[in-house]
Amino acid sequence: MSKSAILKSSIAKKYWMALTGLFLCTFLIGHLLGNLQLVLKTGEEGRRAFNEYAYFMGHNIFIKILSWVTYISIIFHAVDGFMLTFQNKKARPQNYAYNNPGANSSLPSRYMAILGTVVLVFIVTHMANFWWKAKVTEDIPLHVKEIVVPGNPMMGQPDQKMELYLTTSGNYMPIQKDQVVFKNKTEIYDKTFDIKMGEGYKDLHTVVMKFFSKENELGLVYLIFYVVSMGVLAFHLWHGFASAFQTLGVRHKRYTPAINFIGKAFALLVPLAFAVIPVMIYMR
Amino acid sequence: MASKTININLKIWRQKNANAKGSMETYKLDNVSTDSSFLEMLDQLNEQLVNERKEPIAFDHDCREGICGMCSLYINGEAHGPDRAVTTCQLHMRKFKDGETIYVEPWRAKAFPVIKDLVVDRSSFDRIQQAGGFVSVNTSGNTIDANAIPIGKADADKAFEAATCIGCGACVASCKNASAMLFVSAKVSQMALLPQGKVEAKQRVLNMVKQMDEEGFGNCTNTGACAVECPKEISLENIARMNREYLKAMVTAE
Repeated sequence: MSKSAILKSSIAKKYWMALTGLFLCTFLIGHLLGNLQLVLKTGEEGRRAFNEYAYFMGHNIFIKILSWVTYISIIFHAVDGFMLTFQNKKARPQNYAYNNPGANSSLPSRYMAILGTVVLVFIVTHMANFWWKAKVTEDIPLHVKEIVVPGNPMMGQPDQKMELYLTTSGNYMPIQKDQVVFKNKTEIYDKTFDIKMGEGYKDLHTVVMKFFSKENELGLVYLIFYVVSMGVLAFHLWHGFASAFQTLGVRHKRYTPAINFIGKAFALLVPLAFAVIPVMIYMR
Repeated sequence: MASKTININLKIWRQKNANAKGSMETYKLDNVSTDSSFLEMLDQLNEQLVNERKEPIAFDHDCREGICGMCSLYINGEAHGPDRAVTTCQLHMRKFKDGETIYVEPWRAKAFPVIKDLVVDRSSFDRIQQAGGFVSVNTSGNTIDANAIPIGKADADKAFEAATCIGCGACVASCKNASAMLFVSAKVSQMALLPQGKVEAKQRVLNMVKQMDEEGFGNCTNTGACAVECPKEISLENIARMNREYLKAMVTAE
């Protein structure tokens, strides 16, 4: 058989949709566990947990490989999906004057392409809002904890503000701003001796908190868009999860009911958990 | 029991020939017995049209007992009408209300071009069947009785269920993608499940799917509409089996 069949045959295209789709489902779980760091702990502890997690995600080689597989999966799933949809439209040049598809199929199953397109738009804006800023453009402020060292009024010493930088060694490092320089955005070097003193964490926790806060004038808009997108994702998964198994030929009366149940539970719980997090941030 | 009659309005697709531009035409038909089948109702309408010296409506039919797979028709937005597990010839007019407007259209698919009115060309199914829907038999004079090979009950039943497909095309008509996966999977399954079908198993599924794609059918998105509308209740299990067979063949065929 020709090699191109692996990409071109109708069934092979569906295998790719199923495989990339299921991989992206596992990605959702990983992403959700990360997001939960935003709300499981509060205050400095929560900020530290999330920023350390974000640093780990950006520096672990396995995570880096996985993230590239994720980018490729998203692109492949979308491009393949558009191609399939285009072919499917072509397969029926003339539509029915009167059609009653509600009698034989579920709503999400018939609108996978539209639901998927909305999810894609969400992913693009989501990456522009967070991924692009964190990785490429903006200088994200480092994780700094301000403390006030009490002075001695008897001796005429006022209270002194100090900035403690959280470093990757796990310690807070006091820094005199005029004695250090920052390299590669996060590395802290002694100005005089050009010695690396430590590496700070990008304070992505604060970026997220500000993004979805009431102080952000567009915070509510972002919040609504996020929650609606998660609703759309839920519908997409409602059909997609179990559908992927069917496409891969995994079907048996013993385990298909379990797959269907897990698929629907996944479709409800995962987007719900995602959506609750920015709502909690906004409501603080 | 006295037969009840109803009066109905019909909106029917009329198209002079394959190249003509068709349109939905409205007809009124009175005194339709609720005991008559949908095709008998169309016969009655055609009689009325002939008496009015108008061209009768062309539609496919043959055995009129649900076994030949000739009748089609997309009735009120569903293949073979609103009833389940029946062909159009087995659909009775008691399923419709007095005064109801009934839409009748041909199967819509690029691979099923309209020949005239409600008649479509389903020879694309024949070509898929020719591409692999057969088994090799020994013709040297000592042909073995098929029943001489023991076959497990579960496999025999599933193969038989798949073989009940009459190739009417309701799956294609119902599918939002005009996909022929249910038909092809039934034809692949009925042989893949049996020892007689093992010889050509790999080439069969590859060739039939290739032909299916070349005919211009759409891709399966697992909506399940086909299995719901199928007059023979062919299961989606067959599509999953074909997907398995195809994967196996794709990675191992020479």
